[in-house]
Amino acid sequence: MNTVVAGITYRALLGRRRIVLLLLLPLALIGLAVLLRIVGSADQRTAVLLMEKFAIGTMLPLLGLIAGTGVIAPEIDDGTVIHLLSKPISRPAITRTKFLVAASLLALFAAVPTYVAAWLLVGNEDGLAPGFALGALVGGIAYAAVFLLLGVVTRHAVTIGIIYALVWESVVGGFVPGAQKFSIQYWAQTVADQISDSPFLTTQVTFGFAAPALVVVTVGAVLWAGHRLRGFSLTGDE
Amino acid sequence: MKIELAQVSRWYGNVVAVNDVTMTIGPGVTGLLGPNGAGKSTLLHLMAGFLAPSGGTVTLDGQNVWKNHHIYRNIGLVPEREGVYGFLTGWQFVLSAAKLHGLPDPAEAARKALATVEMETPKDRRVETYSKGMRQRVKVAAALVHDPDVLLLDEPFNGMDPRQRMHLMDLIRAMGTAGKTILFSSHILEEVERVAQQIEVVVAGRHAASGNFREIRRLMTDRPHLFKIRSSDDRKLAAALILDDSAGGVTLGPDGLEVQATEFRRFARLLPRVARAEGVHLHEVSPADEDLESVFSYLITRST
Repeated sequence: MNTVVAGITYRALLGRRRIVLLLLLPLALIGLAVLLRIVGSADQRTAVLLMEKFAIGTMLPLLGLIAGTGVIAPEIDDGTVIHLLSKPISRPAITRTKFLVAASLLALFAAVPTYVAAWLLVGNEDGLAPGFALGALVGGIAYAAVFLLLGVVTRHAVTIGIIYALVWESVVGGFVPGAQKFSIQYWAQTVADQISDSPFLTTQVTFGFAAPALVVVTVGAVLWAGHRLRGFSLTGDE
Repeated sequence: MKIELAQVSRWYGNVVAVNDVTMTIGPGVTGLLGPNGAGKSTLLHLMAGFLAPSGGTVTLDGQNVWKNHHIYRNIGLVPEREGVYGFLTGWQFVLSAAKLHGLPDPAEAARKALATVEMETPKDRRVETYSKGMRQRVKVAAALVHDPDVLLLDEPFNGMDPRQRMHLMDLIRAMGTAGKTILFSSHILEEVERVAQQIEVVVAGRHAASGNFREIRRLMTDRPHLFKIRSSDDRKLAAALILDDSAGGVTLGPDGLEVQATEFRRFARLLPRVARAEGVHLHEVSPADEDLESVFSYLITRST
């Protein structure tokens, strides 16, 4: 962890309008929870539905995309990353720092609002709120790693990321049973289920698969990103 | 410290950007001269560890440069692209460079570097409010903050006003005199002549010439020159000129003569003598290809 790299990355991501992007979805989630409470349909079934479809299914991958690619892709795009890369710091150390920044942002902007929204709906019933908060946390960390890698590997990280988040995680993951096994959001739900006893929560992936999968994907993506950044080439205007 | 390129080539797909270049950059100021698109930036990126050679080796005092972040203890890099975080102030930007280098007293080093480029006054403004010349100077300050032995600058004078340019030239010259290894790229001969003791000319990815500015000047003067001449009797003048070896070819056209002079000095003496002897009045004598591009294209044909 390099504090100077982390400081610059936080400022780049949270400065000015970009923070609005990170705040929009969590505010919508909490807003929906408040609304459901007001209209009196704040039960466990609704809570699980809102968490699965919106918090974990939509907000988490999109925030993962914004934070994960946001910590490095814009810098690579405009060339400012050279400021960091032309210093006697190992490139994997730079990617590890960037990953920690993205992961911390997801904890703050995804896991905490998830807890708040679930708590607003059902309080601490059956451990639903801490369950989904933990699911959002580990899922968010995995997304941060994957999208960071994407930001290092390709200049079209955001486009590819959106296609991945929408097509794979939402559509394919929702319709093709086999694909769910390889979907971060279903792993996150499995983790939520591990904590919560709610009868409304059903999972498609076993914890024995989801937990190691989350670790392998996260660690693998961060290591690979570091490896790719070591071979970072400036190709000029070709 | 010494940067050595040994038979370095770099290609993108089937486009060759740098072709079999061998050169050594030692202490003092070296200018990398060439027209736009000649491969100067590619060469600089190869030396700075930001590009892998497709063939050959690039070393800094014997150490491989590619995938070796330790070289940045000794190298300062001023890239051509902006590459400055707009949301930081000049002071924060240079200070962050000092901290990233792990210097014992980063604040003092940053203060010194900003003073070197005369950026103390606007240092607390955000970089995004700076002019191009100011950004350039802040980049130079960040590259100098750790007092590197090697400084690589990509088109450093672009976008600077004459006073700033003069100041940076003085700075580069002083660092060269102090024994640092400095390389900067430029497509302007006059710029390179004024600062560099050693000039490396790159044309179309090839190392076309090497030497001090006198040698490069001579090389450029002794090349074949094309002259356009208008006189009172073009035909008579043409017949007299072609008899001498220094006129390689004479073309007679409606607007006068075009003479290809193979030896510049001899032809320069020949022309007035012949004109006087033949009783021909010269109305106009103008070099047809005095621009740098034609000099470069001559150097390409010479090096192939």
